[in-house]
Amino acid sequence: MRPWFIHLIKLLFPPQVLLPDIVGIDIGLTLSALAIALYLTKARRWGWLWREWLTTVDHKRIGIMYIIAALIMLFRGGVDALMIRSQLIVPEAHFMGAQQYDEVFTTHGTVMIFFMAMPFFFGLFNVAVPLMIGARDVAFPRLNAISFWLFAFGAALFNISFSIGGSPSAGWFSYPPYSELQFNPGVGENYYLLALQVSGIGSIATGINFLVTILKLRAPGMTLMKMPLFVWSALVTSTLILFAFPPLTVALGLTMLDRLFGASFFTLAHEGMPMMYANLFWIFGHPEVYILIMPAFGIFSEVVPTFSRKPLFGYEAMVISLLAITFLSYGVWVHHFFEMGAGPGVNVFFGLSTMLIAIPTGVKMFNWLFTMWGGRIRLSVPMLWQLGFIPTFVVGGASGVMLAAVAADYQYHNSYFVIAHFHNVIVGGTVFGLLSGMYYWWPKMFGWKLNERQGRWAFAFFFTGFWLTFMPQYFLGLEGMTRRMASYPPGLGWGGLNAMSTIGAFIMGVGFAILVYNIAWSRMHPEWDTTGDPWDGRTLEWSLPSPAPAYNFARIPEVHERDAWWAMKQRGETDAVKLSPDQVEPIHVPKNTPMPICLAVSFFVGSIGMVFAWHWMAILGGLGVVAALAYGSLEDDTDRELDPTTVLNTEKRLGRVHP
Amino acid sequence: MNNPIGSLPAEFENTHEGVKILGFWVFLATDVMLFASLFAVYVVYRSRVALGPTPAQIFALGPVLAETLILLTSSFTVSLSLYAARQSRLKSAIGWLVVTLLLGASFVSLEIREFVKDVLAGHTWHQSAFLSGFFTLVGTHGSHVTFGIGWAVLLTLELVLRGLTVANRRKLFTFALYWHFLDIVWIFLFSVVYLAGVMT
Ligand code: HEM
Ligand SMILES: [Cu+2]
Repeated sequence: MRPWFIHLIKLLFPPQVLLPDIVGIDIGLTLSALAIALYLTKARRWGWLWREWLTTVDHKRIGIMYIIAALIMLFRGGVDALMIRSQLIVPEAHFMGAQQYDEVFTTHGTVMIFFMAMPFFFGLFNVAVPLMIGARDVAFPRLNAISFWLFAFGAALFNISFSIGGSPSAGWFSYPPYSELQFNPGVGENYYLLALQVSGIGSIATGINFLVTILKLRAPGMTLMKMPLFVWSALVTSTLILFAFPPLTVALGLTMLDRLFGASFFTLAHEGMPMMYANLFWIFGHPEVYILIMPAFGIFSEVVPTFSRKPLFGYEAMVISLLAITFLSYGVWVHHFFEMGAGPGVNVFFGLSTMLIAIPTGVKMFNWLFTMWGGRIRLSVPMLWQLGFIPTFVVGGASGVMLAAVAADYQYHNSYFVIAHFHNVIVGGTVFGLLSGMYYWWPKMFGWKLNERQGRWAFAFFFTGFWLTFMPQYFLGLEGMTRRMASYPPGLGWGGLNAMSTIGAFIMGVGFAILVYNIAWSRMHPEWDTTGDPWDGRTLEWSLPSPAPAYNFARIPEVHERDAWWAMKQRGETDAVKLSPDQVEPIHVPKNTPMPICLAVSFFVGSIGMVFAWHWMAILGGLGVVAALAYGSLEDDTDRELDPTTVLNTEKRLGRVHP
Repeated sequence: MNNPIGSLPAEFENTHEGVKILGFWVFLATDVMLFASLFAVYVVYRSRVALGPTPAQIFALGPVLAETLILLTSSFTVSLSLYAARQSRLKSAIGWLVVTLLLGASFVSLEIREFVKDVLAGHTWHQSAFLSGFFTLVGTHGSHVTFGIGWAVLLTLELVLRGLTVANRRKLFTFALYWHFLDIVWIFLFSVVYLAGVMT
């Protein structure tokens, strides 16, 4: 054998990826990939896959793909979490070595934030926002597909790291100097940098897309103050993304220049400043946590009125508090490193600005409660998640305010108290919200509902497991357990609380399993949604059949008030959404295109080249990107026209034509 | 097709194209954030020269002034191209666009010369945080200009092939926005990096 060959094998498969559990997972994944490929070939489904999904630009399908991908990532991140918790169940456990432990908590955090939570709400934006504002698609359907595929290939890039080349191990915020080449040789960190960069470009594009969609494509009569609150939350989230992601791009880019091209940004030699990275990262990072929670706020603001049969209490206050949170969230980032020596003046400023955020958040809490007050509440699954969210998020917010007290944070910082805080708000806020939204819009996506009874069980397990997992962690933090410990000695009194926490984590795991079962079972025993309005909804998406036809609205509705569909139902004007045969017009819909997926594949190839410093491959990928962009720019025939008879026939089949 | 001057510019006549123009403005806003972050890094790193040269030791205003003049002129010529397009004078729109991209190319080549000179003198970005910040900030602008040149080439091709269609006018308009934006960024670069650099 030639030496370069051995060298290559060593590069691709360093000892850390040859652990028995990883090899086992590799084999499992390969077999399932083969099985899927075989199934597709046997069932002659490749063409269908390509035409209907891989090249689609329909926001509804892109939304579905986002959500499926997010659930898969939730599984992956969840397995990481259970590994972490298994290691910590008793003192001095050696389920994993320290290196593997570091890798697992790094991939857990990164996957959950960037490849689970973000695509999940991007999916819900895609599914719901255009329908809620009475639009036929997003402003830039093709860009939308590009965003999705950049996310998907970014996620793939990140996820292959554990079997090829080795995972990153510098934590989800990857501080230098530890993330620098000197202390962190190997390719893991490169994977982190490239994967986040690629999916980050997609996120910025999504931000642009939804901002413009919401500003420009609303149905006539839907003024900003008549928009559903979920649409408002999509608007502010998009704005946050636009201003928060570029600093992340810079932080990651500069680290990459340091590692791959010998620059001196964050290395201690040559007067680089690791602190600069911390600032850049958290100027992104704090808005990011609000990027994660705003969509949940939006979902709950739809779910509560629907299941209480009352209009949202204090709509204006809800909008103002969203805007206030958006604005404030840029002025708090230093609270992530009070201890790094900024001085009392600066720290107090940022401590106070942090605490201020609790005010608009509290306003929202009260408004949801007042919406329920005196309403006729139905405890359907989306509403259960909402009800679970309220006490949970109150505790998480309160612990946030405790952390914002600068002097006290010197004790809490980097301890399990912080871990408890952010899981309390991210799981109890974001994940509860996303699952609520998933159950809520599921019938709109697929045309059938998820079984209620199983949904309740999933909720019950998840909710119980959640409290059991994270409440003990507050006390562990107070007792001095620092985060990111690969194991801990006996005799510190941490054993019992850790055991509780681990048991709770497995209960959540059971909850997730029930949720997957819930989906599979309901798919096989579908409870069809024939009305298009299974929850007696209030907003325009429920005026459409489930699932909506490709063009969404055969005729764009006219809006006169908030909760437009509810008002139509109250006035008995629901027939207004039906067509009469003479009203049908031709409709332009965007054509499918292979360009987005080709672009993303090129990014993927180029990134692999960068990860392993194979310059020829990086250049190849770069050329692919240029070619895809040029192709996209030169192709001018991007729309096709649905002629009136097709539209009429489709609507007839859906029973939406006046006789 | 023929628009008398003063009426609505063609790229705004069609709401579809107007949406795309708004999208481009929003993209520019994110690019402002990108450059703002890099400027912040540079300003903090300016004095962190380690064992390498200080700004005053490596900046030469001569070529930089030339670059400035070239880029400002190209901003003017791209406007001329847009103006011609609005009057439906295809040939002159193409002509000015080509002039613009040639000016852009000479700007980039001057910048590359400056970088090569520094590197040959041993001042790579490895040497200090200041040099890392400098090369990255200026280089990011330079690669934006390079990207713009590629875009202008494509645009020229499209104009030659398809003429002044509504879509092409909109593309020319967004290209001009992009180009002016780079011009403005350069003004900041010129003052914050080079002028402030030679004065310390
Ligand atoms: C009233 C609202 C909130 C306040 C006052 C608050 C305050 C804080 C403070 C001061 C820290 C830094 C603690 C330390 O490292 O010592 C922190 C960490 C964190 N918070 Fe919050 N927070 C709030 C809400 C949220 C929300 C809504 C989310 C996400 C959905 C969130 C996610 C996080 C995360 C991810 C971290 C830690 C990141 C890390 O160190 O890995 N917080 N919070
Ligand atoms: Cu924060």
